[in-house]
Amino acid sequence: MIRFSIQIFPQSVKRQSARTKLIDFDETVTSLLRIPPLLILALSAVLARADDPPTEGAQLYARNCSACHGSDGHGGVGVPLALPAFLSSVDDKYLRVTIRRGRPGRVMPTFSQLTDREVQSIVHHLRSWPGQAPPKPQSPTPIAGNTRHGKILFARNCAVCHGAQAEGGHGTGVTMSRPRNAPILAPALNNPGFLAAASDVMIKTTLVRGREGTPMRSFLKQGLKENDINDIVAYIRAFAHTTPPASAKVLDSETPTLVRESPYTLEETVEKVKTAVAAANMRLIRIQTLDQGFVPEGKEDHDQVIVYSCDFGFLNEALKVDPRVGLFLPCRVTVVKHGDKVLVMSVNPERLSRIFNNSELNDLCEKMQQVYENILDESVM
Amino acid sequence: MRQVFAVTLLLLGLSPSTRADELMMARISRPFPEAMNSLQEVIREHGYTVSRVQRVDVGLTSSGFQTAEYRVVFFGKPDEIHSLSDRYPELIPYLPLNIVIFAEGDDTLVLTTNPHKLADFFDKPALHAQFSQWEKDVRAIFDEIASRP
Repeated sequence: MIRFSIQIFPQSVKRQSARTKLIDFDETVTSLLRIPPLLILALSAVLARADDPPTEGAQLYARNCSACHGSDGHGGVGVPLALPAFLSSVDDKYLRVTIRRGRPGRVMPTFSQLTDREVQSIVHHLRSWPGQAPPKPQSPTPIAGNTRHGKILFARNCAVCHGAQAEGGHGTGVTMSRPRNAPILAPALNNPGFLAAASDVMIKTTLVRGREGTPMRSFLKQGLKENDINDIVAYIRAFAHTTPPASAKVLDSETPTLVRESPYTLEETVEKVKTAVAAANMRLIRIQTLDQGFVPEGKEDHDQVIVYSCDFGFLNEALKVDPRVGLFLPCRVTVVKHGDKVLVMSVNPERLSRIFNNSELNDLCEKMQQVYENILDESVM
Repeated sequence: MRQVFAVTLLLLGLSPSTRADELMMARISRPFPEAMNSLQEVIREHGYTVSRVQRVDVGLTSSGFQTAEYRVVFFGKPDEIHSLSDRYPELIPYLPLNIVIFAEGDDTLVLTTNPHKLADFFDKPALHAQFSQWEKDVRAIFDEIASRP
């Protein structure tokens, strides 16, 4: 008799578990005949689930999303996603477009490097979280309404959380930059990314039902009529036809480095940088060579000097806006002797700011750039 | 070409979108002190030297933050630092590489600018292989500390 062996665990599971088991084909058939049909169905459902992409989705989620949204989707730098009321009110397209397009200027970046299949795997993983109603595709049909009346209702009912111009709440979610008792950051409803992802039906559903687990309440229960809600939806949709708001602006600059040539010797220039730092009300932290810590003490190259300083008030202000700005810290000016030139340099905060995709940092980065420009100018004056 | 594209976007009133891979981030499901040790250990295992760990915790909790566990880890390879800074002084403000690490509840977050982003800043083909190597190494470092039990 020919005997077959089959593996009852699929490859994806096999990689995770060493419990791969071999069974005899003829024994399996005999056994299966003894199992009630419903149990077979249940068994096949379990096997099918194990064969689905959640494993890949979970891996992709861990790599791309969990740093901000938390391993279990309960939020962090990013907003919480594991809210059944949220996941039940959006369709897969909303999630896909959000992953693809992000929210310009509102921290969530674009994941254009992922393939369509990878994006779908992440969505599949989000859909595996418990408590949500099965997603239904939402009709893209626009909802007609009176935008003027919608504007009035928005100002009265929505602006307190979402901002006067629907620009959203401040901060970056529920991490160290905000108190933990804040359950969610009010989304920017005027954001091009949100408007591309959200259908009118989705916005209306949220207004009608509210979002359990967030401050968003049902507007029907608050006394608004369906026509009123349609008017608010029309008002929000109208933002799609206006110039993108300042809150969606990401700074850009061509120059990664600010550079000045000094007419002084390197030692003189370092002294002038120290004076300029003090004049900028910054505290001098330390002066070191670029290679300090890399080479034995006494072997450092003193033609490459870094002056570190900090304005602690400014630092705390920036960290409140976005805890990730530590990448810029501490402030530093570099003085380098290169050939017969002495160069004074710093990073360009405007150029770097777009990495964070946080428009609330724009003013701070522009201010920091000005501080650097002043220090460099004074150092070579 | 990139400039033309940027100008076109500006004329259209659009901000160029920020790609997720410009910033590399990872969540470590371990408390800050353990994660901090792992980070330095893994950096060294990849052949880099940790040149300094900068504390950034002055006044954090008194300013209302949840944690004071916030550091910047500077690292690099001495020979690379020397040769690159000699040949490309404009790169020095971005050297050595750094990783920010801070506590978030019982977890710890690490993040850094994707070193390959420097290729956008410094359009010198000779440097691209170096930036790619750094990206590969940092990604491996993040993967490793995130997956350690």
